[in-house]
Amino acid sequence: MSTNHSASVVARAPERSPKRSKAWKLMKKHKVLYLLMLPGILYYLIFRYAPMYGVIIAFQDFSIGRGFAGSKFVGMKHFIEFFVNTPDSWKLIRNTVMLNVYDLLFHFPAPIVLALLFHELKSKGFKRFVQTISYMPHFLSTVVIAGIIVTFLNPQTGLLNFLLVKFFGIEPILFLGLPEWFRTIYVGSEIWQSVGWGTILYLAAIAGIDPALYEAAKMDGANRFQQMRHITFIGMLPVMIVLFVLRLGHFMETGFQKILLLYNPMNYETSDVINTFIYRRGILDADFSFATAVGLFQSAIGFVLVVVANRIIRKYSETSLW
Amino acid sequence: MKIRESFASRLFDAVNILIMLGLIVVMVYPMLFVLSASFSDNAMVASGKVLLLPKKITVAAYERLVFNPDLWRSYWNTIRYTVVHTVLTLIATSAMAYPLAKRWLPGRRPILLMAAFTLLFSGGIIPTFIIVQKLGLLNSIWAIVLPSLISTWHLFIMRTFFEALPEEIEDAATIDGCNSFQVLVKVVLPLSMPVLATIGLFTAVNQWNAFFDSLIYLNERSMYPLQIMLRNILIAGSTVQGEGDSQHLETMKYAIIMIATLPILCIYPFIQKYFVQGSMIGGVKG
Repeated sequence: MSTNHSASVVARAPERSPKRSKAWKLMKKHKVLYLLMLPGILYYLIFRYAPMYGVIIAFQDFSIGRGFAGSKFVGMKHFIEFFVNTPDSWKLIRNTVMLNVYDLLFHFPAPIVLALLFHELKSKGFKRFVQTISYMPHFLSTVVIAGIIVTFLNPQTGLLNFLLVKFFGIEPILFLGLPEWFRTIYVGSEIWQSVGWGTILYLAAIAGIDPALYEAAKMDGANRFQQMRHITFIGMLPVMIVLFVLRLGHFMETGFQKILLLYNPMNYETSDVINTFIYRRGILDADFSFATAVGLFQSAIGFVLVVVANRIIRKYSETSLW
Repeated sequence: MKIRESFASRLFDAVNILIMLGLIVVMVYPMLFVLSASFSDNAMVASGKVLLLPKKITVAAYERLVFNPDLWRSYWNTIRYTVVHTVLTLIATSAMAYPLAKRWLPGRRPILLMAAFTLLFSGGIIPTFIIVQKLGLLNSIWAIVLPSLISTWHLFIMRTFFEALPEEIEDAATIDGCNSFQVLVKVVLPLSMPVLATIGLFTAVNQWNAFFDSLIYLNERSMYPLQIMLRNILIAGSTVQGEGDSQHLETMKYAIIMIATLPILCIYPFIQKYFVQGSMIGGVKG
């Protein structure tokens, strides 16, 4: 083995330099192409990789004047500060995980079910109409969605409370002031906004199913529900797996922009997540190093999760991200 | 046995249609209510008399807003940010994607890997904020445009599209004496209108709807885009400045939602198809 290896190295050596000069010629000939890429490469270096390098301030006491390279190294101080001395750290992690668990349980399957139902509609015109309507909320901004929620849930002047009083005789509820309601509001509005849009990929997968499969199933006496389960559903499975892995990669993230708009000290108990905490400590209090340490903890978990999920899935199925 | 099955099947169809009708109501009713409330009398809205149709129709809320200089300035800011962002994004993304579509180009792989890695790991909010601050971009349009200039997904979508273009056309242009830049501008981009439209629209709608970057990078009122103004009025509870606004407090909230959302609601049925295309090529949303 080792002799083989060294032999091939020896054999490759002479042809290496002409190859390199050939590449060099190509590069010179097409320098315009590199010039075209330059703005993009600069963008990645400045706005993506410089912040990655900036993550080292998680191990420093960062001061703006000294910069990333010159600030004082303090090791794990900020991590210890977060895990040991921040009474809320457990609550933040729990809320982040729980919102994601709820999201995976209710929000993730919703478009799958809806795509199945869309597919079973007999009238194509009606189907297209419902689809178009269901896509609409996707185009609303987070601020508008949150604004509608806040306005509708207002105990004095909000629509939902009027409806509750009028049709159910229930006293107005201060929805956004009660921690027990927050997860429902968050996941519910998330489903409302994206369930229709989420069906697109699944419907594309369904469209790719070979019609002969349905014919064969009918010949074998499979009824409609068996066809739905064994053909349509199985046809969506690869897309489900890919989306699930991608979703896991964002497991620690949450739609924190919406949370930022909806939360208030009264519902912090369930609404305050790692990202909102980072925003408060990092941007509002300018506690850069500490907030970066918390963020690094979060993205490290996200990174591990997506790599592990991909590995597991590659082992058991043919679909994977890379 | 056969009859029972077709009965179950028909029952399923009926239930399915009912579910769809329910879905339509759930999707449309909130927006319909916002529209009705914005045209109603404030007292009617505040006391819960308006549930579906407007009561005591009036345009008072819109009147207040139309004469509010803050609103138009923020509208102008949003348009400005959206247009500049979209144009620069299309230029930078296509200029980078085109060379990356050339399989024989030396150095292509490391650059692709460099871009792909950012999908897995990012520096996060705070280090990015520090970079933007150090570059002196705070409180300028560049703080909104530059940090999100290129989306790696969009870059890859465009590269895939360019790779699929027939090479013969480009070769013909090269023989006619065009250099790579001219080939890109005169031959490749005109052939790539579908993907440019898709990515342009994604970027534009995202920027129109974005608020977080403005929240952290802008602190001058005159720079605020529409979404920040919306946030301040709808969520932070600050009132629109002007006399007698308390008489229109509720209806003005609904009116401003309509004003901010109308452009998108009007065009979305027409641009929807591009979005559907885009989210399918990319495999994931924006």
